[in-house]
Amino acid sequence: MNRELYGKLVFELSRPGRRGYRLPDNHIGEVHTEGGQQPPVIADALLRQQPLRLPQCDELTVVRHYNNMSTNNFGVDTGFYPLGSCTMKYNPKINEEMASHEAFVNVHPAAPDNAVQGNLELYYTLQRSLSEIGGMAEFTLNPFAGAHGELTGLMVIRAYHDARGDKARRKIIVPDSAHGTNPASAAVAGLEVVEVKSRPDGTVDVDDLRPLLDETVAGMMMTNPNTLGIFEKDIPEIARLVHEAGGLMYYDGANLNPMLGIARPGDMGFDVMHINLHKTFSTPHGGGGPGSGPVGVRAGLEKFLPNPRVVKIENADGTMGYRLEMGADALGSISATLGNFAVQARALSYIMSLGSEGLMDVGPLATLNANYVKECLKDDYLLPVEGVCKHEFVFDGLRDKSEHITTLNVAKRLLDHGYHAPTIYFPLLFHESLMIEPTETESKETLDEFIAVMHDIAREARETPDVVRNAPHNTPITHPDDTAAALNPVVTFDALEQTEE
Amino acid sequence: MHRYFPHTPQDIASMLDKCGVSDLRGLYSDVPEELMLTAPYALPQEMSEKEVRDRFGAFAAKNRKIDVCFAGGGFYDHYVPAAAVSLIGRSEFLTAYTPYQPEISQGTLQYIFEYQTMMCRLTGMDISNASMYDGATATAEAMMMAVAAAKKRRRILVSATLGDAVRRVVDTYARYHGITVDTIEAEDGVMSVAALERMLEAYADVAGVIVAQPNRYGIIEDFTGVADMVHARKALLIMNCIAADLAALRTPGEWGADIACGDAQSLGIPLSFGGPYLGYLCARKALMRKMPGRIVGATTDDRGRRCFVLTLQAREQHIRRDKATSNICSNQGLMTLYVAIYMSLLGADGLKEIAYRGHQCAAYLFESLMAAGGCRLKYPGQPFLNEFLMEFDCDVDLLMERSIEAGILPGIRMDGNCLLMAATEMQTREDVDCLVEIYKSVCEN
Repeated sequence: MNRELYGKLVFELSRPGRRGYRLPDNHIGEVHTEGGQQPPVIADALLRQQPLRLPQCDELTVVRHYNNMSTNNFGVDTGFYPLGSCTMKYNPKINEEMASHEAFVNVHPAAPDNAVQGNLELYYTLQRSLSEIGGMAEFTLNPFAGAHGELTGLMVIRAYHDARGDKARRKIIVPDSAHGTNPASAAVAGLEVVEVKSRPDGTVDVDDLRPLLDETVAGMMMTNPNTLGIFEKDIPEIARLVHEAGGLMYYDGANLNPMLGIARPGDMGFDVMHINLHKTFSTPHGGGGPGSGPVGVRAGLEKFLPNPRVVKIENADGTMGYRLEMGADALGSISATLGNFAVQARALSYIMSLGSEGLMDVGPLATLNANYVKECLKDDYLLPVEGVCKHEFVFDGLRDKSEHITTLNVAKRLLDHGYHAPTIYFPLLFHESLMIEPTETESKETLDEFIAVMHDIAREARETPDVVRNAPHNTPITHPDDTAAALNPVVTFDALEQTEE
Repeated sequence: MHRYFPHTPQDIASMLDKCGVSDLRGLYSDVPEELMLTAPYALPQEMSEKEVRDRFGAFAAKNRKIDVCFAGGGFYDHYVPAAAVSLIGRSEFLTAYTPYQPEISQGTLQYIFEYQTMMCRLTGMDISNASMYDGATATAEAMMMAVAAAKKRRRILVSATLGDAVRRVVDTYARYHGITVDTIEAEDGVMSVAALERMLEAYADVAGVIVAQPNRYGIIEDFTGVADMVHARKALLIMNCIAADLAALRTPGEWGADIACGDAQSLGIPLSFGGPYLGYLCARKALMRKMPGRIVGATTDDRGRRCFVLTLQAREQHIRRDKATSNICSNQGLMTLYVAIYMSLLGADGLKEIAYRGHQCAAYLFESLMAAGGCRLKYPGQPFLNEFLMEFDCDVDLLMERSIEAGILPGIRMDGNCLLMAATEMQTREDVDCLVEIYKSVCEN
């Protein structure tokens, strides 16, 4: 990463008269067909009134601009990215090539089924693969992201109860350790959130759960392992209790990675789940998307999945084919198309590359890496929950708090050393949460170097605390003023020019 | 070990030792025995890159080859510049996460800021977010935003001329979110302003009105007086527009809309069989704190350097939790980069030229079909930019099939023996002539 700030905006590189394009000649010109009927005239009032202002740049100016900009960015290909709960694993290059196959890239989503059998087969193949991995009957790949998957899954739960005429079920139970998106998705889906307390180890308190279970409960959302990286070992009991009360179990797939090769959500008693393809199945995060959040359901709930659905059919000649269907019992539609197809293609490429045996190793190696880092660092960092973790774990800041060095300070000091920071101040259960997820694609050498740096930072915190307190020191920018940004939001270049005047 | 895993047997042994367990399964002693998988997944075995490539080649071979695309319906076949494709692939952009650490994410933050600026200029709005999935969900978010802004009013009026696929998504979100959606009827292929006026008088609880431009039939609608009418009832006017068309058409800002939303695929994003695309959501400044999703703002650092950060995060789902009115996180980041690069290369002249070329080619297609006879505009006299709804006397299914055999997707099949046909800068006179010849041969059948 380039530690000098590049910082220019494309608007500042614009010069009148420059251009970065040329359109193909369509050979139409102004010719009209003989005696043909011309299209209706577009009245001036329907046309743009104010001139459009966009940059005027030649191609090289644009290329250098974005290239230079990219050098101020840190990605998985740049260095170790132990961002907890985000599963920043290596994104294999072959996946990019497969997703950009010409035969997929240029296909219009409204092309008739008989013209896109290959695409539908790809969708169906991934759908079946995820069903096998999740222990579910069927998946929809339509949801665009994890949060979108949550929303879709909760709609499935509501559609299920509504179809039974059980319309009073509007409560959804969410652990207090859950990702913030869980309650937000529930609110958007028209459900009322009821929090269940965690025990000190972050797992669901079954005694606190029992009294919440009544005939108004639609279901319960869980992340397993939970956001502390701890496996919810009472899950069979929890699922039994929720089912007995008439509710459905929702599995938030944010933390599915350590369970690959170990156990399947369907076998744990979950009825509905989503998977983040951009986490567990290695599709690149793209600076925050595009992702993909397929939703799976157990047998009996398939008909509630959103439209359109890809179904396998037998053609008239006995061969198998695929068709789009709009089911009458579906919860509705949550997308105009079949979702982020190019992301789905990447995930399938990854699943094929790993194969059955490779997938079995993902969870154990991710868990090994996390436990190794935890064990190596727990002398300097406060580990609130002892014992084995899964793919990630949470420290509650430094052990030695005498110099009042915060988690934020530690995170920022890591940037100086060429690491992305862990997730900080989440989960909310601890004041100084520092959540580390190494993933399975990192080597022992990388982890050892990281561990050494974390020890150095702990030592600095005792010996030269100001170095840590004032970090970062050598990043492209230092200590941006967030407060000013929020107090007086400047969100366009035009607004910026006005403030600079 | 698989090629993606760096662990040697010695690494595993020494790491397990540090963890105080004897084997990898020992790290899962907390998982009940009955839940543990006892056999590998029933999936194919590990493949080499060549085998993966061959398998994907086999998928691709099952698609019929379509070289010319006259299908639109919100998603258009535009040329994607090589520079955009190349820059998108830079792994510093591609393999980064949400820019939570601004010190090492200025690249991402800066292009989002550029994107926001360009979208505001294109739509005539003051603010833009940068994290909607697609046009349909962006429209549903606009609806929820209007309801949140209106506090107690929970009715949304939607023009019958909004596209079906978008409408289905809006209806689904509305049903679960407890919003009532009513349809404003259409007349001659455009929203009836008189019907809108009647509905605004009939209902006291209207939070917003959603209209489409160009509409589901490709028609450019005239919204004269609509904004005033909607604002007089303290409701918000939401315009769903095809992004690229706004280089040529009167903008939502110029029509007096409060929110502009829709799909930005038309700004240089490949068709990719439906995604990833990008929803855009722009609004007037007064709605800043109701806006869902990520917004990047400018600020300075402790050495006075201009820089960019995610801002107004108090609006967002991870802070508001069950008080949130949207569950949107960060999304489609890379697609905002696509759009920023595309607009930087094309500029205003390029976008206008593309809109003009699309119109020119659509006009030529329309004229050629009319000259051949046996077809007509479904809604005669209504102006269109680059897309129009044709009603045919011939067998449209046969026309579809014959065209696809020739590598041409002639449009989108619509009810009533109609085709929704669109043109862009990608189709030539020869392509149109070819399609018209096929059409003539179908007519002779």
